[in-house]
Amino acid sequence: MRPMLVILSLVVLYRGHNEPGGGFIGGLMLGAAYILYAMAFGVNKTQKSIFFSPVNLTATGLLVALLSGVPALLAGDVFMTGEWVTFFAYSAFELKLGTPLLFDVGVYLAVAGMLMLVMFSIMEE
Amino acid sequence: MSTGLVVLLLIILAGVAPLTRRYLKGMAGWIYAVFPFGGFVYYLSLLPRINAGEVITERFSWIPVYGIDFSFYVDGFGVLFSLIVLGIGTFIMVYAGYYMKPYPMKGRFLGYLALFMASMLGIVVSGNLITMFVFWELTSISSFMLIGYYHEKPEARMAALHALLITGFGGLALIGGFVLLAIPYGTYELSVILTDPAAIQNSNLYVPALLLILVGAFTKSAQFPFHFWLPGAMAAPSPVSAYLHSATMVKAGVFLLARLNPVLGGTDLWMILLTTFGATTMVVGAWLSITQTDLKRILAYTTVSALGTLVLLIGTGTKYAINAAIIFLLVHALYKGTLFMMAGNIEKMTGTRDITKLGGLYKYMPFAAVVMGLALVSMAGIPPLLGFIGKELIYEAKMYAPTARVVLIAASFFTNVVLVFLSFRLFFDVFKGTEPSYEKKPAAPSLALIIGPFFLVLASLVLGVYPTAIATPLTSQAVLSISPFIEAITLKIWHGFNLVLGLSALTVLSGYLMYRHKKKVFIVADKLNIKYFTREFSRTFTTSIDSFLVFAKGQTKNLQHGYHRFYLMTVFVVASVLVWTMIWRADPIILEINFSEMPLNLVAVVVLIIAAALSAVTSHSRVIALVAMGVIGFGIAIIFIAFSGTDLAITMILVETLMIILAMALLLQLPAYKIYSDTGARMRDGLVAVLVGSFMMVMVLQAGTSQLGEPISEFFKEKSYTEAFGRNIVNVILVDFRALDTLGEITVIAIAALGIYSMIKFTKNKQV
Repeated sequence: MRPMLVILSLVVLYRGHNEPGGGFIGGLMLGAAYILYAMAFGVNKTQKSIFFSPVNLTATGLLVALLSGVPALLAGDVFMTGEWVTFFAYSAFELKLGTPLLFDVGVYLAVAGMLMLVMFSIMEE
Repeated sequence: MSTGLVVLLLIILAGVAPLTRRYLKGMAGWIYAVFPFGGFVYYLSLLPRINAGEVITERFSWIPVYGIDFSFYVDGFGVLFSLIVLGIGTFIMVYAGYYMKPYPMKGRFLGYLALFMASMLGIVVSGNLITMFVFWELTSISSFMLIGYYHEKPEARMAALHALLITGFGGLALIGGFVLLAIPYGTYELSVILTDPAAIQNSNLYVPALLLILVGAFTKSAQFPFHFWLPGAMAAPSPVSAYLHSATMVKAGVFLLARLNPVLGGTDLWMILLTTFGATTMVVGAWLSITQTDLKRILAYTTVSALGTLVLLIGTGTKYAINAAIIFLLVHALYKGTLFMMAGNIEKMTGTRDITKLGGLYKYMPFAAVVMGLALVSMAGIPPLLGFIGKELIYEAKMYAPTARVVLIAASFFTNVVLVFLSFRLFFDVFKGTEPSYEKKPAAPSLALIIGPFFLVLASLVLGVYPTAIATPLTSQAVLSISPFIEAITLKIWHGFNLVLGLSALTVLSGYLMYRHKKKVFIVADKLNIKYFTREFSRTFTTSIDSFLVFAKGQTKNLQHGYHRFYLMTVFVVASVLVWTMIWRADPIILEINFSEMPLNLVAVVVLIIAAALSAVTSHSRVIALVAMGVIGFGIAIIFIAFSGTDLAITMILVETLMIILAMALLLQLPAYKIYSDTGARMRDGLVAVLVGSFMMVMVLQAGTSQLGEPISEFFKEKSYTEAFGRNIVNVILVDFRALDTLGEITVIAIAALGIYSMIKFTKNKQV
């Protein structure tokens, strides 16, 4: 069930810009995936199965969110103006990436990390 | 190259030094010293232009809305001071690179030193009061780091804190003074302010602005009664004392006074305050230095005394006084820097800096003895060193002082006698006399440790021997910057036989006699100290800080009681009462609820929610209460879906799920269910709940009926796709329009998570 939730959370994250979804919800889903796993198999095993610590995840999320504002500075706009680049656009499918998406990734990571951090430490009690 | 670039380069060095030190090893000090040396050469090359009467200015826009720019203003005084800062800085870098070798984190130390250098240079060349203030505070912060460098020692931490609190307090006063000073001019630019003293002096802001700026300058320059932080700061490593506490940071206050002399100076108030505080500091510093036995503390008190002299001279404001101030500034920087570095060397070589445990060092380090001896000759004011010229000018200034001539001459005579006495003492008691048993055999200091003192002493010798050729070009323009109506005196070493020379000779003689009878002097001084000077200012300061902390702790205990339920209650009650008053005073309440429009299935959900809420309140089992709360949450999610708030619904469902998981995880840890609260407490809680619930309801209903303006949702709907390329409005608001808010929010949750994490870990460790 965990891989499914992880993928689902990523889908929710990406589609968030145009349809219901987004970093916050995605992050909650990702966190929930690991928490369920931890409830089933114990915190130790969960922490061994992931290659990052929740603290680092939270920190990375914050950093990514902060850095997403920098490209706008380089482009000469006010900090955190959205900058978009369309990578390829076939008739039906287009992949648009931009700093707001990057920001959303930051939110996603930070929320998931924070959730895991709190839950793991409570569950370890 | 430009004036501001030097500051920038030093700041870059501050960042680079901690990272590169380990690769450069012992060479680090020499290599980093290239930066200040380059700056020194650059400012030296400006000298011809400055002496031609030019003022070099640069300006970068910073916060144009408030008229705050990053501007630089280099005139004669600025250039003289920058040469002192960078010249001594060069040698200090070399010295520190070697001196700090045995200690950990020397890279970081050198970085702080470079940061300090940059900010000190920033103060002296800045052309905007706000720019100056920023650099001013930067010196306080970097000096805090430097003084507290031996942070495992409690006294070093204490000294650093004292210095920071006092200079920080002064900084607060200073910014107030600057703001007041700028009001009549409508700008913070020095180039405007300096040219028009009448604007502030005729305004009623003059007195408050002057007093606040004086507090700032006096705290920084360790004037009585703020003098005690300076001897305390001797807990810092020697390179710090040699740099910050002799030539630079403590002179920042003096610099500020001299810089603002054209604007604020010349009034009676200015003169009275500066001469009184300056003279007091001068005498108190000299007096307290007599009985000290720690080399660095002796030097620290003489520095206090010298700072007092400088303030006194600036306050006097006559032609001789201003000239004397400039020369003495240079003299003091040169000899005091040398002496502090030598004190560090002696400590390093012998393991002590207690003068009573030193002696007979001449045969171990003859060269160092000569260097230190020359610096002491300068301090004592004996020809042919620059110190002599400085002292002559000080006496001359006193002779032509407008008021209180006798008192001032007596005060500076006393001070100079003490300086001569200390010069004898520091030389003969350290290098001659009986040799005590040293822990390790003293060795001569190595090149890096002696090069700085050597060159500084050489500078005072050369300047003293060739005053007209070399010293005059350096200082003449500086005199004009401080006071435009005064001409520079041509410096001479020989003034002929006159009263001043006689006074000088008498000073040296008295100092020598005082040294000959030093045992008696100590006994008398100790007696007087015990009788009159028992109150230690630093202790008073510590006690007042402590009692303030106790007060703050008590306040915090009252406000931050640690009961979660009372925090919540406070928040809820305050919010609902405020909103209720607003509603009460605003439009009549319109409650239009049209039940007939409501679809039947939603009615069912609402009924379910109400039932769940009731059972949650009345239930006697935690599990039932939790399940009931869950029902409420999901019910609300269904309502969101019904009104097509999909995002909200998903979030709500996820949050509810996680809440229940969290609660379940905690359930096992909790003790058995029991009724803790009595009826009164329950009634009170019920009242709060009703208050909050009703205010929410009224507010929501009001929001539906009253239209304050164009709803912002229209704007978002319109711009969401065109400007932010997203169709999901909620998400676009979160990540684009209001991205900064979201960043703040996730920072808050990250901090909260860390807090919870450390709280749990901490209690766990305690239990083990």
